[in-house]
Amino acid sequence: MSDYISHDHEHDGIDRRGFLQCMAWAGTGLLWTISGGVLVSRTLAQIAKAGAPLPATDLSFLQISDSHIGFNKDANKDVTATFQIALDRINAMPTPPAFLIHTGDITQLSKPEEFDTFDQVFKSCRTKDVFYVPGEHDVLNDGGKLYRERYLKSVEAKGSGWYSFNKNGVHFIGLVNVLDLQAGGLGQLGDEQLEWLEDDVKGLGADTPIVVFAHIPLWTVYPDWGWGTSDSERALGYLKRFGSVTVLNGHIHQVLQKVEGNVTFHTAMSTAFPQPAPGTAPSPGPMKVPAEKLRSMLGLTSVQYKQGKTALAVVDSNLS
Amino acid sequence: MNTLNPRNKKMALLCAITFLNLSIFAFAGEMKEVDTTGNKQNRIEIKDFAFNPQTLTVKSGEKITWINRDEEPHTVVSVEKQFKKSTALDTDQEFTITAGAPGTYTYFCSVHPKMTGTIVVVKS
Repeated sequence: MSDYISHDHEHDGIDRRGFLQCMAWAGTGLLWTISGGVLVSRTLAQIAKAGAPLPATDLSFLQISDSHIGFNKDANKDVTATFQIALDRINAMPTPPAFLIHTGDITQLSKPEEFDTFDQVFKSCRTKDVFYVPGEHDVLNDGGKLYRERYLKSVEAKGSGWYSFNKNGVHFIGLVNVLDLQAGGLGQLGDEQLEWLEDDVKGLGADTPIVVFAHIPLWTVYPDWGWGTSDSERALGYLKRFGSVTVLNGHIHQVLQKVEGNVTFHTAMSTAFPQPAPGTAPSPGPMKVPAEKLRSMLGLTSVQYKQGKTALAVVDSNLS
Repeated sequence: MNTLNPRNKKMALLCAITFLNLSIFAFAGEMKEVDTTGNKQNRIEIKDFAFNPQTLTVKSGEKITWINRDEEPHTVVSVEKQFKKSTALDTDQEFTITAGAPGTYTYFCSVHPKMTGTIVVVKS
């Protein structure tokens, strides 16, 4: 694990320079974990050699994101195949996740046939429970009507599709920040959803672990590319008193993480195509990489919660 | 930048009603094949998540066509709902409108709202 810690100034196992470079790590076949504020990483090869599953925990779930079914451009001409590989990886996990979270952009163009393909391919997944939030690609022409009809059957969704649920003492909140976007702005939650959120967490003890998931990052990653949510500060304000808040997002097709107080922000890889690091390209459009490198830049995120531990362990693995 | 918050929704509605009655902004369809007879100079290319040119001046009655050159879907939506919005334009798809009454019309991509543009319509 120490292989990748090159600057440990405070002798706490945290390589801050390496932490900032986690973008680069996403492409190098690493599993990485932040638990209790301590960053650790292991290569997939190391995990394989150890031959053991990750430690048993009280709750293990998996985040999958940005499948973009229907996309067929150079960055990945077969996104259905890479989505299938991701599902195969889930099926091969020694300890299956309790459920999945899909953080949006199920489809490329919100077409019924794209949703159909997703549903058809998904049938091969052993883990059947999935909690969805929409991406902007899922609500393109109908404001999310079709998405809501298909993917909110197992939850009590409010408004344009937000909801919460509890699992093993963890409170999960699925938010929608891709609708009614304003000219010149970023992702947006809106007053109605924010009021619901304030009310939703009101009765919870401060020791309840909170997991928030939404498509567009709920922290300002790179506003020039619209990678942020204009009113996320207000949402986070309602969560400030909680001892453990994990925020899971998609949208930017790469792993980025930030820890701020008790809040861990994390973005997942896509299963379809990578996007450039913030500001490194003329636009955030699909990034073409050599074919042999593509799967190393696609992936899944596993999240584990153990009772008594404040922070949840968030571990990314790629599809190579 | 004007946005469609509840405060100015009423104004947007009034504008929409005015538009419907007076036909100040007519439309030539949502998406269509390349119009070889149209005004080619009034083309707005969508590339690298930007409208180019960002500001276009046209004469009343002229056609304006957007074409998406990105691998990402984009839309063309009037900020004040002064003209009918496009559906999501996939790569190489077009959207055409015909400019109506003189004035300044701001629009944006509702998928990537950082993308904004302006049409200035002058008398023909």
